Amino acid sequence: MTRSELLHRLIAAHPPRQDSLLPILHSIQDELGWVPPEATEPLARALNLSRAEVHGVISFYPHLRSVQPGRHVLQLCRAEACQARGSAALEAHVRARLGIGFHETSADGVISLEPVYCLGNCACGPSLRVGDEIVGRVDASRFDALLVALQEDLA
Amino acid sequence: MTVRVFVPADSSALAVGAGEVALAIAAQAAARGSAIELVRNGSRGLSWLEPLVEVATPAGRVAYGPVTVADVPGLLDAGFLAGADHPLALGLTDEIPYLKKQERLTFARVGVTDPLSLADYTAHGGFAGLRVALSLTPGEIVAAVTESGLRGRGGAAFPAGIKWQTVLAAAGDEKYVVCNADEGDSGTFSDRLLLEGDPFCLIEGMLIAGLAVGARKGYIYLRSEYPHAWKTLNAAILRAREAGLLGDDVLGSGRAFDIEARLGGGAYICGEETALLESIEGRRGQVRAKPPLPAIKGLFGKPTVINNLITLASVPIILARGAAFYRDYGMGRSRGTLPFQLAGNVLCGGLVEKAFGLTLDELLNDFGGGTASGRPIRAVQVGGPLGAYVPAQDFDLPLDYEAFAARGAMLGHGGLVVFDDTVDMGRMARFAMEFCAAESCGKCTPCRIGSTRGVEVIDRILAGEDHGTNLPLLEDLCTLMIDGSLCAMGGMTPYPVLSALKHFPADFGLADK
Ligand SMILES: Cc1cc2nc3c(=O)[nH]c(=O)nc-3n(C[C@H](O)[C@H](O)[C@H](O)COP(=O)(O)O)c2cc1C
Ligand code: SF4
Ligand code: FES
Repeated sequence: MTRSELLHRLIAAHPPRQDSLLPILHSIQDELGWVPPEATEPLARALNLSRAEVHGVISFYPHLRSVQPGRHVLQLCRAEACQARGSAALEAHVRARLGIGFHETSADGVISLEPVYCLGNCACGPSLRVGDEIVGRVDASRFDALLVALQEDLA
Repeated sequence: MTVRVFVPADSSALAVGAGEVALAIAAQAAARGSAIELVRNGSRGLSWLEPLVEVATPAGRVAYGPVTVADVPGLLDAGFLAGADHPLALGLTDEIPYLKKQERLTFARVGVTDPLSLADYTAHGGFAGLRVALSLTPGEIVAAVTESGLRGRGGAAFPAGIKWQTVLAAAGDEKYVVCNADEGDSGTFSDRLLLEGDPFCLIEGMLIAGLAVGARKGYIYLRSEYPHAWKTLNAAILRAREAGLLGDDVLGSGRAFDIEARLGGGAYICGEETALLESIEGRRGQVRAKPPLPAIKGLFGKPTVINNLITLASVPIILARGAAFYRDYGMGRSRGTLPFQLAGNVLCGGLVEKAFGLTLDELLNDFGGGTASGRPIRAVQVGGPLGAYVPAQDFDLPLDYEAFAARGAMLGHGGLVVFDDTVDMGRMARFAMEFCAAESCGKCTPCRIGSTRGVEVIDRILAGEDHGTNLPLLEDLCTLMIDGSLCAMGGMTPYPVLSALKHFPADFGLADK
């Protein structure tokens, strides 16, 4: 299936109404890891919206990515409860290890780093999320072990 | 004999290895020929002990924790499947003081049952409230909620019964019930814990709300930061439909009600109720001006009950046990219980459901055990990123909406983030402004621009630049944001900033007052 066919299939799986927009965008990102620019036009047509409206929604929600990420998206919690457990030091370590900042992808294409504001794991922080998994009580050595596992995982 | 072993599938437990522990127990018990039934329960909320493993014994459930994969062979050797002693043994779960001292009304089943088992749910009192509601008129259901004294648990503490009455009285035959499960506040996780641990309780609460106001459709708006809760929620809705709890004929009553789950997009502002409605409708999450109230003109322009998840999940027990039972807990105008969440630098972090009225000190020290670092507690942020920083001299405050408001603080959703004496309150004040700048919906200038200016002014103050000019500037900016913002995002961000400045001036390079 080409990407364009996939987009049409995902769009057709929802009722053609404006309130389907966010669910469809989620389904696209779940399949592709991001929302490519060519999704805008068929979405606008199917839901009877302007392309500007569709683009406006995509750009409003931080969860939605309009740039293709690396193989793994790593979200580091920056919110208060994790700060109270030393997330600022962890953040510095992560940036140094990966050689990148937030909204960047490591040179080998393995990791994209994003900030997140609370993962609901605030009693077991510092916390991060990789894909759909949450990891708690993260310190530098636990992060390094996780990084090795992610780099070895070529799936 | 098959032994029941409980290993939570709650996000926080999984985040610290519960999944691997469950696999190890299953494999090693099988290798030893021990027959076990592994139940993936929710979390008891004793987060510092996660992964907390329990074994059912004739004397009751016995707890072990925190268990790692490496501990599993030793636990089996020691005979933990019979509840035997071990260095990780915590005794009978129900006797653990942290749990025993709680008043678990809304969270009665969380951690106890299999979250997706309707049989378990029913056996532990589930649907008793719904059955009562089905025998009442809508007006009687609303009256019970009003008399219980239940106030919204999402932050603003508005009486739930009054909101429901407005929707009941509103004209129109299409109405909606919306559950706010956006839980964006740092330091809060009670919505998640309930959703992952007892999703049918929320479904029951929404069904009752639907009966009360005459709605046939409900929406649950869940934040995208909760992938595990999303899976549990969707599985629970499917099972409820299959069992005839949701659909055209709820439990054979002839009444229709169905629920659709929607996933947010990582925007904090979508927890604000009108932004949330915009988001469900497929737009950018921008705040709507009020009036009209959502109760009159809400989702798709129809009368809408929008409540926090915990508000809705507290309704079944109110109907089941009666308004007076619930109202008898609490103090002043804060009736019932609040599931407090102890987070950040605290030794015993987790969920503490207690009647309103205990003091901050009791919660932080008797339950929390002080900081995890062992250093003194310096400040606690109560009520999320828009909540004030409370210094140690105020720990005598009773946990009560009005008592907090009287000291310029708020209880909000009941989250407490603990900081020890290494915290730099100047940086926390800066972060509050930075967060507002990042999460502002952009609709009003004092919030959108003011927060960015706030970061800059605080930076200048922290750099020691011209305090004579910059301090009054920060205070003016805060006043402008408080007075000129459409919603509490811009309107309350000044609270953490000003409380930090007031109580911890030294962290801003100022002499102690
Ligand atoms: C910036 C902002 C964020 C909010 N976030 C949430 C939230 O995550 N969850 C929630 O239940 N209420 C949140 N609220 C409060 C809601 O606007 C609303 O008061 C609540 O959903 C009403 O339900 P309740 O009466 O049951 O508390 C937020 C409000 C503001 C201003
Ligand atoms: S205060 Fe901020 S978040 Fe609230 S409506 Fe105004 S700009 Fe939007
Ligand atoms: S603050 Fe990091 S998980 Fe809640």
